[in-house]
Amino acid sequence: MPIAIGLEGSANKLGVGIISHPQRLSTPQFPHDSAYSEDEPKPHGSKYVSPPVEILANLRHTFVTPPGTGFLPKDTAIHHRRWVVRLVKQAMQQAKVKLEDVDCICYTKGPGMGAPLGSVAIAARTLSQLWGKPLIGVNHCVGHIEMGRAITGADNPVVLYVSGGNTQVIAYSAQRYRIFGEALDIAVGNCLDRFARVLNISNDPAPGYNIEQLAKKGKVLLELPYAVKGMDVSFSGILARVEEMAKRLEASQTGSDGPWKDEESGEPITQGDLCFTLQETVYAMLVEITERAMAHVGASQVLIVGGVGCNERLQQMMGKMASERNGSVYATDERYCIDNGIMIAHAGLLAHKMGFRTALQESTFTQRFRTDEVLINWRD
Amino acid sequence: MPASRLLPTPFHGSEEAFHMIAQGAEGVVYRTNFLSSNSSTSPSNDISGNAALKIRYPKPWRHPILDRRLTRQRILAEARVLVKLSRELRAPGDGISGAVPNVLGMSSEEGWLATEWIEGATVKAGIRGWEERQRVLREKAQRGDDVASEAQLEVLRALLRRIGAVVGRLHVCGIVHGDLTTSNMMVRACKPSPMGKAEAVASTSDDDKLEGEIVLLDFGLAQQSIADEDRAVDLYVLERAFGSTHPKVMEGRYSGQSAGAMFDEVLQAYAVATGKAGKITLRKLEDVRMRGRKKSMLG
Repeated sequence: MPIAIGLEGSANKLGVGIISHPQRLSTPQFPHDSAYSEDEPKPHGSKYVSPPVEILANLRHTFVTPPGTGFLPKDTAIHHRRWVVRLVKQAMQQAKVKLEDVDCICYTKGPGMGAPLGSVAIAARTLSQLWGKPLIGVNHCVGHIEMGRAITGADNPVVLYVSGGNTQVIAYSAQRYRIFGEALDIAVGNCLDRFARVLNISNDPAPGYNIEQLAKKGKVLLELPYAVKGMDVSFSGILARVEEMAKRLEASQTGSDGPWKDEESGEPITQGDLCFTLQETVYAMLVEITERAMAHVGASQVLIVGGVGCNERLQQMMGKMASERNGSVYATDERYCIDNGIMIAHAGLLAHKMGFRTALQESTFTQRFRTDEVLINWRD
Repeated sequence: MPASRLLPTPFHGSEEAFHMIAQGAEGVVYRTNFLSSNSSTSPSNDISGNAALKIRYPKPWRHPILDRRLTRQRILAEARVLVKLSRELRAPGDGISGAVPNVLGMSSEEGWLATEWIEGATVKAGIRGWEERQRVLREKAQRGDDVASEAQLEVLRALLRRIGAVVGRLHVCGIVHGDLTTSNMMVRACKPSPMGKAEAVASTSDDDKLEGEIVLLDFGLAQQSIADEDRAVDLYVLERAFGSTHPKVMEGRYSGQSAGAMFDEVLQAYAVATGKAGKITLRKLEDVRMRGRKKSMLG
């Protein structure tokens, strides 16, 4: 039973996960496999092809900064260094695995923020030397995709990967995850996070989550730019415009500018309306490029991964689009959507089985590491 | 198709026949009669009609206000580009024959655009047919390799040159297409004779199917732009699409040349049609190719 430890720290979450890939039996063993508890999406019958996985531990600690601020690389790196030993110890206890049963130490090689990636790479190297286990450097995006496939059982989906640092529409072809469309400037999650800062929305548990809650109270759709170029999107202009709106809202509430009212209903514009407008606009863009990619490659399944993928409005819109095309949408909850160690362990173990190793002198990290650079030799 | 999709006014309840031709991510294309006396009310299974009707149905997942705004903008943009091009694309005297379908009608509120129906086959079908003919000829001659005769190659090269010339003319008009593929180009089946009268060419040989006027379709992603970057990306998209749709032509298997030599016919004709500006665009195309993908690395 191959077992891997995964360390993730490309942004403000430090994750440690321990995974086991039970040997494949001649008879399929799902859905009794332990990875599928009652509250999780079940794999779809015979379509299920990814190896069944057993999650032994999946711990995460998030660096949360005060409202109005973001997380700086230096402070995030300090956070990761402070917590990594505690998290690894706790995960090992929870998993109840013996050290000799562990096959490899997997860590995020990139893409992500340099300083936090560095902290976690050092931790991984140390564990590898200390315990005499091989190292596996993992592409963060591939980790998200493989974990999403394993959890949902989506066989060959078009993948929408949306998070604070990445926005990509991906489809698999000839042993690569190919990028069909992506954000030309900032990622969608970055757009949401920075908007939250202007409105002083709390970063706990995540700015995007709090925007989603506020958006439920919004009714008025204001006009924002809509920047879709083929299968690519751009969010920086939207951010600039919505930040202006936030300032106007603040000025109207402090009274210096007079109240800001909706022209049709005469009701005052609220923070909720701004959140609602932002969500409706950016998620419509994402669903549109996903639909175009699905039409292009002729796929009917769509898988949403990454932190923004937890958003229920995005999942709902994607679901409507997919059902119009007689397809289905696959999404996971926050345990697997948001950055976690288990996905790094999972993708690392898949590569480990194919004989991939990262030598100590090559165990670097990189801020830029494209999804399509990785040879996906574990898929047909 | 979901039952929620009813044809928009004035087509809803119309007695004309609507034959679905394609369903893309953007909309659905039908063939029908539009403001024509040759009405197709008689029950018939023949697919006929003078118009291609593209309907952008409402997207139920999008906020209705946003949906109306986008549909409106896109229909208007596409119609404007088509109207501008049908005036400017066919410049007199220089022998470059290329066109876009004429706009017959539109409603940005109801979300439809009707254009002239172009008789003929797509360039994609034309090239596939040519490839099929080479296969048959090869089997007859019992040859092992793919190399085609010089006369056959010239037919294909002439088509590629006309494509390059038309794309060049498009760019000179200040438009980039945004989605150039061989399925978005048609070879018109009828060509006007010197007398100005249309004459059918169906009776002549198959190679003539590659000889009609090139008509560009589907300007849903078109932009008004004269930037070298946009033009180079337009060519790069065509090159990539051509390579994935007609790999054997791209790899030079028919001509015994190196990979990409056939596509150079497109680029050379493009350079002739665009002159000085085209040379800059082609240099830019080198950069775009070197990036390995179609956009610059911005962070």
